[in-house]
Amino acid sequence: MISDHINSRAACPDPSPSANGLSRRTFLKAGAAAGGGLMLSLGLPMANGEAQVTAGDGFAPNAFIRIGNDGQIVLTMPYVEMGQGTYTSIPMLIAEELEVDLSRVRLEHAPPNEKFYGNPLLAGVQATGNSNAIRAAWQPLRQAGAVARTMLVSAAAKRWNVDPTSCRAQSGEVRHVPTGRSITYGELAADAARMPVPESVALKRPEDFKLIGTPAKRLDTPAKVNGTAVYGIDVRPPGVKIATLAQSPVFGGRVKRVHDTAAKAVKGVRQIVLLDDAVAVVADHMGAAKKGLAALVIEWDDGPHAKLNTNEVVAELEQATLNSGAVAQNIGDVDAAIARAITKVEATYQVPFLAHATMEPMNCTVHVREDGCEVWVGSQVMARAQAAAAKTAGLPLDKVVVHNHLIGGGFGRRLEIDGVIRAVEIAKQVDGPVKVVWTREEDIQHDMYRPTFFDRISAGLDEKGMPAAWNNRFAGSSIIARWLPPGFNNGLDPDTTEGAIDLVYDLPNMHVEYLRVEPPGIPTAFWRSVGPSHNVFVTESFIDELATAAKQDAVAYRMALLDKSPRAKAVLELAAEKAGWGQPLLERVGRGVSVQFVFATYMAQIVEVEVSANGAVRVRRVVCAVDCGTVVNPDTVRAQIQSGIVFGITAALYGQITLKDGRVEQTNFDSYQMLRINEAPAIEVYIVQNSEPPGGMGEAGTSAIAPAVTNAIFAATGKRLRKLPIDTTALKQPV
Amino acid sequence: MATTIRVNGIDRTVDVDGDTPLLWVLRDVLGMTGTKFGCGMALCGACTVHVDGVAIRSCITPIDSIGTSEITTIEAIGATAAGAKIQKAWLDREVVQCGYCQSGQIMSASALLASNPHPTDSDIDGAMAGNICRCGTYVRIREAIKQAAQSN
Repeated sequence: MISDHINSRAACPDPSPSANGLSRRTFLKAGAAAGGGLMLSLGLPMANGEAQVTAGDGFAPNAFIRIGNDGQIVLTMPYVEMGQGTYTSIPMLIAEELEVDLSRVRLEHAPPNEKFYGNPLLAGVQATGNSNAIRAAWQPLRQAGAVARTMLVSAAAKRWNVDPTSCRAQSGEVRHVPTGRSITYGELAADAARMPVPESVALKRPEDFKLIGTPAKRLDTPAKVNGTAVYGIDVRPPGVKIATLAQSPVFGGRVKRVHDTAAKAVKGVRQIVLLDDAVAVVADHMGAAKKGLAALVIEWDDGPHAKLNTNEVVAELEQATLNSGAVAQNIGDVDAAIARAITKVEATYQVPFLAHATMEPMNCTVHVREDGCEVWVGSQVMARAQAAAAKTAGLPLDKVVVHNHLIGGGFGRRLEIDGVIRAVEIAKQVDGPVKVVWTREEDIQHDMYRPTFFDRISAGLDEKGMPAAWNNRFAGSSIIARWLPPGFNNGLDPDTTEGAIDLVYDLPNMHVEYLRVEPPGIPTAFWRSVGPSHNVFVTESFIDELATAAKQDAVAYRMALLDKSPRAKAVLELAAEKAGWGQPLLERVGRGVSVQFVFATYMAQIVEVEVSANGAVRVRRVVCAVDCGTVVNPDTVRAQIQSGIVFGITAALYGQITLKDGRVEQTNFDSYQMLRINEAPAIEVYIVQNSEPPGGMGEAGTSAIAPAVTNAIFAATGKRLRKLPIDTTALKQPV
Repeated sequence: MATTIRVNGIDRTVDVDGDTPLLWVLRDVLGMTGTKFGCGMALCGACTVHVDGVAIRSCITPIDSIGTSEITTIEAIGATAAGAKIQKAWLDREVVQCGYCQSGQIMSASALLASNPHPTDSDIDGAMAGNICRCGTYVRIREAIKQAAQSN
């Protein structure tokens, strides 16, 4: 069903300039596929507002459908599968409009080509991230399916010499209703390719959906339960050697000297590769490579960050928030409102650096030849991977072939191309293909981290205890400023501020400032729910503090602020009802709540936690109500929420990367802990049904959980935690 | 030094150091990549295989410690009654997300079910707590094991 990888297609005709705007014709253009079938290509609108079209049967802009004479429907997928179910949900869009079973749609990974496969919601970067694959594909992929269906019907009507309105597409065939005649898509494909592309097509009405909204079985899973699925780490080109590496333990350090006699004596070790800031051992198998690496004696020049400690980084952020920053949002007059306030509440919050710790450690396989380079990798950014490999290998782009693979956990880690660059650097010195596999220790200690942030937040309450003023200023790294520089403007970017601005609450006076402060030497990157994973913790903890200051119930207080956000109000009401909010609990057990609107999805979570006498926190139950607009696959929505919640609890309880003397202190799953099955809560998910445009689902569950947990800890113990991860020593019961 | 091990019913002879972990022999020497590398320290369970039916972490199991024992990997677990039930339950319950840890999860769950046809929640915790899933599929893993047990 799923083709695990495809070769890049080198020859792509230049796209011809499009008409203005996003007319029907620039969106979709049909042509004959190489095999004579119907090829329908579609251009997602690019960031500059211009759609691309192609000529003839050449390669198509952006995603495209191919229907062969054998009836095979192929969807070239611009979005990658990393567990979030996109290999099922995106084909559902096509299958719905094409009136075929989901099993009829075969997937191919899109080759690297930013022009054609750029994500319109990520400024045209060919990337899968920000929980937006369904949002980006929702209109254009359904339109593509509808146009294909319309043309197949037209072709059948022409062949039978009947009125197209008397024909209907169903189950991969066109049927002439009055006579009962039918003909398969495969038989029609060649004719359909010669039909004019309709100027407009009607998309199916939501009430007519057969697939969208149903819990379709995932297409990628059978191969994942019997060991046959091929992740990047599993590729084995003939003659491949395995390498593992040690990178400078201090960011920015360099290799001074290497003593490799013992390493070279290890059976199976073939070669030691020296780079400026890393050493790799190339061997017949990873066992020998690891043994060789352990036998190496490497002297490092630690460089300028040799004495860096994370507490200094945090102190710098704290200091920074004493000064004003870029204004992310201003409503009303906060200063005047604070001056009038009856009660003032102030707090500071802090969140740590976090590693991704994907289960599949970083890896990339590369074969550099004189005249070309081949790369095998699971990447969230195919085109960037290709460009990085080309640049590092010193080859033109069209000499670099990238095979994309299933991803054993992305979470933003594979939006970066550092691992590709590293592998190509090594492969340039190796004769034949080499698979560079990072140990877990390298993976954690040379990650690019979710940034640490420091927040200074205050509010003024009116005579009824409601927030008359809300003032939030925070400092930390901007990932967008590095990853997508045009997205960083006037000191702001949309990711770092998401969840801190445009709150669901009706706040008459609100002021939010951000200060970009980059940690010296420590690379930062996207993470699951990046900006919101920080901001929602702060805002939803602080609104809880305000409810406490106002001596009001945490849910009722929020409800009173949600009149202008009915969808948020509805999910909160639903979660509170299902969770039994207000029902009595035992001592040291508490309920906490959070509400958010991030990734275009409304969500409320209510958790129950139990805090033992020694301070240990157990999250017992999570109730989540979600309104993500139209639901494509409700089972995937549930799965993603369960997943995001576990990811967020892991971070809240354990997640923290610290540096001492320039070195990351955490190494493996003993010092960078993950939530395990015996700690996992019961999770209930309630989905609000409506026909709003779909929202993102991959990350929303993660950002909502941390404040719900700490709010519940407050309810259970009276201790307000303003720093993550949760400090259990602060929760010990006095003897 | 040549060592012979019996994997999924077939004798395989490999020429590696005796202290080489079984994981790398399976993946890199024999090309059986269904068994995954996660941590190298028996902390995550991604590398779980069966030795004489018992779930072990292949990343810390030296090849010279196995002797004539029968090794079973994810590639062959479907041929066992418990393994087939677990795989089916995994698909029925849509457990899998990224899937990278699931070979190990299925091997741990199959060993549990083979030795304990009706595991309690606490039995499941005991057998499965060594397997990390970063996608957080724990809720469904628990349901799937219970479903598989019901068919016993």
